[in-house]
Amino acid sequence: MSVEHSPRLRAGGRAVPQRRSARGAGRPRLTRTGRAVRGLAGVLVLAAALEILARSGAVAADSLSPTSDIVVRAGELLGDGAFWSASLVPTLKAWGLGLVIAVAVAVPLGLLLGSVPYVNTATRAVVEFLRPIPSVALIPLVSLILGTGLEMKVVLIVYAAVWPVMFNTLYGLGDADPVAKDTLRSFGFGPLAVLWRVTLPAALPFIYTGVRLATSIALILAVGAEILAGFGDGLGIFIGQAMGTLDGTRDVMTGTLLAGCLGLLANSLLAFGERRLFRWHVREERS
Amino acid sequence: MLRIDGLSHRYGEHAVLDDMTLEVAEGELVSIVGPSGCGKSTLLRCIAGLISPTSGRVTLDGTPVDGVPDGLAVVFQDYSRSLLPWLTVRDNVALPLRRRGKSKAERRAAADEALASVGLPDAGRKYPWQLSGGMQQRVSIARALAYRPSLLLMDEPFGSVDAQTREDLEDLVLRVHRTGGMTILLVTHDIDESVYVGDRVVVLGRNPGHIRAEIDVTLPPERDQIATRADAEFVRLRAEVGRLVRGAASGPVAA
Repeated sequence: MSVEHSPRLRAGGRAVPQRRSARGAGRPRLTRTGRAVRGLAGVLVLAAALEILARSGAVAADSLSPTSDIVVRAGELLGDGAFWSASLVPTLKAWGLGLVIAVAVAVPLGLLLGSVPYVNTATRAVVEFLRPIPSVALIPLVSLILGTGLEMKVVLIVYAAVWPVMFNTLYGLGDADPVAKDTLRSFGFGPLAVLWRVTLPAALPFIYTGVRLATSIALILAVGAEILAGFGDGLGIFIGQAMGTLDGTRDVMTGTLLAGCLGLLANSLLAFGERRLFRWHVREERS
Repeated sequence: MLRIDGLSHRYGEHAVLDDMTLEVAEGELVSIVGPSGCGKSTLLRCIAGLISPTSGRVTLDGTPVDGVPDGLAVVFQDYSRSLLPWLTVRDNVALPLRRRGKSKAERRAAADEALASVGLPDAGRKYPWQLSGGMQQRVSIARALAYRPSLLLMDEPFGSVDAQTREDLEDLVLRVHRTGGMTILLVTHDIDESVYVGDRVVVLGRNPGHIRAEIDVTLPPERDQIATRADAEFVRLRAEVGRLVRGAASGPVAA
């Protein structure tokens, strides 16, 4: 789930220069449109292959639906108000709310751990114990306590999404330049002003990367919790219930496609924001 | 204006500064020159109140320095790291003025004026990383000037710029000093530079850092990159400082 971004989590943004070396010598750099066209071509080839596979009868019809059917069904569902209110909105609500709470908890926590070494040492054991628990494994326990509603999903999302944001905040704080801090101190700024004007802005790109990671993790938890809980509202419920019907393959695949699109959309929006907000950070790394 | 009394500093077992005593008069421009490892930067950090010395004390206008004193500005050697990359050049220059309780309009005006005085009247809207190294260092000098400090500390401010820019910046400091009347301490490892800009040159020795000699620069206050450097008195002073620095580099020598 987070494999794609994990080098960025560890080293903050410092993994960026590899992009440059990947560009072959003498090969012209692709424009953004050029890359988009290639990406789209890849998607179309895969879709066509799946379509042929399903239509040819090489795979049983109840294991694979033709791509065209799935796309048509997705369009149908997106035009259906009942699908929105019963499936999309509950998932989006839990996803968004969980993320907002997670960030609101994780950033101050990261700031605290990053600026007060004593607290960091004191909490390390607890953190190291809690962090490795796969959050998906907590779904049954939390549903037992909180039922299958919004609270359950939000609690799980918050639990899972807090870690990347908190740790990226913690690492990001260490990235503030000591010379910049000394400069402000020498102009007479106090510790809080230095935190606010130097340390925190320097950490923002890292925190943002943490939020990006947390966004995809939160979607996994939202949909996963719904599927496992089996009752209530949400996209996961739609997928889970389709699984139980006789010819549900098409709806299972459509629900999965829509969940994937949600993740893709959120990630693209955040990536777009990252490029606009942190131009200075990218520049710094390249220089 | 500034008094340093028996200043010593050690990091753990390692002594960096040993019993330094120095007095700087109001409006004086003192160059501090010495080989690497003579504790120049530590000395500046003690004066700036960024670290407190192991023993001895620093007094500014009669008040002991305990924490960062008011009316101080430091120009760090590492200009690119000292500017905040997420702020425009103008906002970087204007930022310290918040400490002066000025309005936004006043801060902007002061920043623009300071940028013009360092020859960068049009750079205000750019970001530091869009400028060359020499220009970035000018910005950090402009930031110090806009603040109108009574004491300006410069830590090898021209260490990493090209020769032409370096001469321009030296002349800029001289001009600022003449018109602004502030007290300036300029740390450098360049012997020519120490004589060219200084009213007085303080030569440091190392292991641990100590004051080896103080030399009055007996040159007229008006300096010129070509004429002054060809002046017989300049050549004599440079040789004298050079001998002292070289002697300092080879370790303690019996006087």
